[in-house]
Amino acid sequence: MKDTFDENNPRKAWMGLLAKAPDGRVAKLLDAAIQRPAFTWLRAPEVGSTMVRARMGGTGAPFNLGEITVTRCALMLEAGEIGHAYIQGRRKADAEAAALVDALMQTQAAKLLRASVLEPLEAEMTAAKAVRASKAAATKVDFFTMVRGED
Amino acid sequence: MQTQTLSGGFEDPAIQSAHAFRGIMEAMARPGTLQTISGATPPAPLSPAAGCVLLALCDTDTPVHLAGETDCEAVRAWLAFHTGAPTTGSTHCMFAVGTWDTLAPLSAYQIGTSEYPDRSATLIVECPALETSGATLTGPGIKDHASLSVPDVQALQSNRALFPLGLDFILTCENQLAALPRTTEVS
Amino acid sequence: MYVAVKGGERAIENAHAWLAEERRGDTDVAELSIVQIREQLSLAVNRVMAEGSLYDPDLAALAIKQARGDLIEAIFLIRAYRTTLPRFGTSKPVETGTMACDRRISATFKDLPGGQVLGPTFDYTHRLLDFKLAAEGDLPEAPMREAQVGEVPHVTEFLNREGLIEEALHDDAPPPDLTREPLEMPAERALRLQALTRADEGFTLGLAYSTQRGYARNHAFVGELRIGSVPVEMHIPELGFAIDIGEVTLTECETVNQFKGSKTEPPQFTRGYGLVFGLNERKAISMALVDRALRWEELGEDNEGAPAQDAEFVLYHADNIQATGFLEHIKLPHYVDFQSELELVRKLRREAGASDVQEAAE
Repeated sequence: MKDTFDENNPRKAWMGLLAKAPDGRVAKLLDAAIQRPAFTWLRAPEVGSTMVRARMGGTGAPFNLGEITVTRCALMLEAGEIGHAYIQGRRKADAEAAALVDALMQTQAAKLLRASVLEPLEAEMTAAKAVRASKAAATKVDFFTMVRGED
Repeated sequence: MQTQTLSGGFEDPAIQSAHAFRGIMEAMARPGTLQTISGATPPAPLSPAAGCVLLALCDTDTPVHLAGETDCEAVRAWLAFHTGAPTTGSTHCMFAVGTWDTLAPLSAYQIGTSEYPDRSATLIVECPALETSGATLTGPGIKDHASLSVPDVQALQSNRALFPLGLDFILTCENQLAALPRTTEVS
Repeated sequence: MYVAVKGGERAIENAHAWLAEERRGDTDVAELSIVQIREQLSLAVNRVMAEGSLYDPDLAALAIKQARGDLIEAIFLIRAYRTTLPRFGTSKPVETGTMACDRRISATFKDLPGGQVLGPTFDYTHRLLDFKLAAEGDLPEAPMREAQVGEVPHVTEFLNREGLIEEALHDDAPPPDLTREPLEMPAERALRLQALTRADEGFTLGLAYSTQRGYARNHAFVGELRIGSVPVEMHIPELGFAIDIGEVTLTECETVNQFKGSKTEPPQFTRGYGLVFGLNERKAISMALVDRALRWEELGEDNEGAPAQDAEFVLYHADNIQATGFLEHIKLPHYVDFQSELELVRKLRREAGASDVQEAAE
């Protein structure tokens, strides 16, 4: 599993985490942590799509697989920090919350938000993945040999 | 990333892009008329009219060629943020923007194929002035004849000779634009 | 020929109203919610996403509700909605090698690294109706076991290391996109795969079955079948770097086929590839078999004239929205066409009758 808090590009890591968060979760954690600051829209939330590519044979040349819905927005805090969000699905309120966290992570609130939004979110998502992986592991076949013909 | 490149887009994209599109369509349908369009405040050296055209017509599927001084960091970033359009050279673009001299030579651009004449480039020509006087225009969408200040009569005649292939032109100046589709005869 | 006529407006409005009422059914029965469809009819949702070519489970569930469970009608709704979306960009190719697998089996190697993981499969069920589901029953909990950490390698990579299978060419030229340019022949493999992944499941299954029964025989082993989720990563121009924008569940099937070699290639195994949105292994396996059959030309095999080898036949008839649109349009008014046919038949009969009379007279 990828280390979510990539030291080389922490912003890439937290934006990815915010994009994959379940519906409404970022807003809930954000509102519990801090009062939302004033901001202006650079780009109001809009719904569009992204064409997902894959590789032939898993590793070969790329081809177009199909699209996913995506919501994006960009906003600016009063002090000038700019927050972006690109998140899967048609979720304007979630995009707004994600962009706010992205902007606030560039301010002095970063430490607070890391502890009260990003870390809980990551823990929840890791736990959910672990449950699925454990259920899959329980369906792993343990072969044993019943008869071996060696005549 | 600078705030300037992130602002200057349509504030109300659904309405403003529809207005801009209508202006461009009117200009194309009636060559020789001037249309006023607004809503975009692009970074220099792009005119507001050229900015509107780019916002209304370009997206990730339309490679854009930035000619001459328009090929600067500010314009590139602005175009990327607001339209997602990739930038490319003159030979592969679907739209090109710049002054007449920097857009040359016209032979570099795609003129479409006989199966798909629409797969051709549209040139957004930034003009120092735009007036309904000068060369005489005739053809579809023009009752009798119209007049327009055009950059180069001979080049436009050569383009007309390629019909149904060829380039289409949108002439821009400040917040005004006029169009010269490939169907227009210029003399 | 078509002639516009007026007069059906009231009838059409009333038909719409009745359709809405019939869709709802008996109002004494609780109404289905979108989340119920999404959670409890998830394989129908997956099929609509795959063939609608848009991954959005809530939208697919809505489409299924609106279409009264007619999946092709639901796919039609999704395709229509898809065209209204501005496209923000293109993702980096998803890395199925890093997939968090719910299921991963191989029919070619018993003891493969990572093991045979069955996942939530129908395979070993007895296909007996479970009447317990007709009543509200207790939900059994899925058992858990400690999971291994680490990525699960593709099975074909083992063969690749020995040089026994053709190499998957790694090339990063942007692939053609049939949602942007019309499908033209000859279609390269990237375009064929895009068409197949959104192709009708039934049509793809039938073609794949035909290859197993001997039409363009390609004995295929399922080298690997895996189902799980992968992140979708996209480059964001205004940021200057790529971020994960979401996650999709995919079904991937890689087949390994015998290949006796050609003038230029030594005997080795070749590959067929299937990759589909959501959980749909019937479709993924079918896609891999048809993909392999369509590759006869590039592999220097004989054209046996089999339907599954004919790219034009396969690709032009695999899209159920195109097919149903053209098929069903013949029920719409063709009054003028038919009038002219009627005139023609009457005229021919008159002429034939006249000559009969003449012959009789002679």
